[in-house]
Amino acid sequence: MKATETKENVLEFVSRYVHKTITGFFTLTKGLDITIKYFVNPKTAITQQYPENRDTLQMFDRFRGHLHMPHDENGKNACTACGICEKSCPNGTISVLATKDLAGKKVLGKYIYRLSQCTFCGLCVEACQFGAITLGKNFELAVYDRNELTWVLNKSDNGAC
Amino acid sequence: MMPSAELYPVNNFIGDAVRSLFPPHVAAVINGLIALLSLMALVGSLGAVLIYLERKVSAHFQLRFGPMRVGPHGLLQALADGIKAIFKEILKPEGADTFIFFLAPLLPVSAAFLILAIIPFDHHLQVADPAGGVLYVLGVSGLSVLGILLAGWASNNKYSLLGAMRSGAQMVSFEISLALLMLLIVMLSGTASLRGIVLAQQGTIFDWWIFKLPFLGILAFIMYLVASTAELNRTPFDIAEAESELTGGFATEYSGIGFAMFFLGEFVNMFVSSCLVTTFFLGGFHAPLFGLPVIDPILSLIPGFICFFAKAFLIVFLYMWFRWTFPRVRVDQLMYLEWRIMLPANLLLLMLAGLFVAQGWAG
Repeated sequence: MKATETKENVLEFVSRYVHKTITGFFTLTKGLDITIKYFVNPKTAITQQYPENRDTLQMFDRFRGHLHMPHDENGKNACTACGICEKSCPNGTISVLATKDLAGKKVLGKYIYRLSQCTFCGLCVEACQFGAITLGKNFELAVYDRNELTWVLNKSDNGAC
Repeated sequence: MMPSAELYPVNNFIGDAVRSLFPPHVAAVINGLIALLSLMALVGSLGAVLIYLERKVSAHFQLRFGPMRVGPHGLLQALADGIKAIFKEILKPEGADTFIFFLAPLLPVSAAFLILAIIPFDHHLQVADPAGGVLYVLGVSGLSVLGILLAGWASNNKYSLLGAMRSGAQMVSFEISLALLMLLIVMLSGTASLRGIVLAQQGTIFDWWIFKLPFLGILAFIMYLVASTAELNRTPFDIAEAESELTGGFATEYSGIGFAMFFLGEFVNMFVSSCLVTTFFLGGFHAPLFGLPVIDPILSLIPGFICFFAKAFLIVFLYMWFRWTFPRVRVDQLMYLEWRIMLPANLLLLMLAGLFVAQGWAG
């Protein structure tokens, strides 16, 4: 739109001007259409009324809470005590204490997780090749004593002595 | 000069009752006082209602709920905010001009109040009906520009001054468009009194000025909405506040009740502006009759002020819809819109409407 570039005649100028105004107007109505759809459907609101809906609250799939080690119905977990999660943690949150079972094989003794140091970055979950750890959905993690923030995640019945 | 009893009659049953009880001059004073008090009550309650509405409407446009805690669905939130604003400390920046600094927040509210005085809410619900009502509206609405300019100037703060100057430029520019559109309406109605303008639109909805002029009426309506949004300093034209650029613009240095007055003034001015749109384009207090013999008698039973407030709040909703949909324009885009698009279109519109009136196709 520099002055040197305008070689168009008056008719071209007027038609471009009118076209610009009209298309601009129609793009505005598109935006209005989107917002009115949200307005007339109040159910689209994504705000959670938290203390009231505490019983029915479902956290979202990608929510990253505390570290969690799933156990199957026999009380077994998938951890092999390889220690990659411990190395991948930037904060020193995890300590994997390995022991040997009766056959002399290296197994998990205690999986220590310090919630007070965790930033919920999820690098440990990405590093784990066995899917042994996940990030949980619970977010009500306040306790009265600091010692309660050090958790042992595994149930110790995988043959360790 | 006419006595005030004749110039400002309150022509409803309350006015007649007062006139039957008191001598004429005392009755004129009492009627005036009653009218002003009811306007004050209207301004006060409107502020709370509109702020609550704005917060709820904006929330639902943005997938939120808005205030939900204070009272059922947050109904008492505006009250709680008002109490908080009253008890907050009023700070005055060092080097600010004390008198002007504290005068400025009053001006936008006064402008709204003064314009509300001549709005015809119903056949006999109007404080005063000067013959040059449109001129009065144009003159008085300048007070809100003055308030913003004075606030920016007296604050001794560069952001305030910048915001005020931008706002002054914007409001002065768009007032031209508003004035030309009002001129269009005056031309169609043949009168400048607001009551006269409403009475000229008597009949079905196709006698309202928005539909009476084929196509031009709707165009004028849209242009009036755009120009009055700019005049109100609301998004997409809120370059006076522009909190991301100017940290609040002219209101940066205001706290407590001073800021609350600006806030109230902004919202009541929005209502006043939608009242004017209703008066000019949407038939004022006339019921929306469709010319159908089945439902028209039912519709015409609705009291006029209910029709008026319904239409006014519809326009208020439109303003809120615009605000929470469109992004803010730049200063130069704003000026481009006014001087390159709105003003030529306005003049063309005025010319075409003049042709229509001269040919007797409208009005």
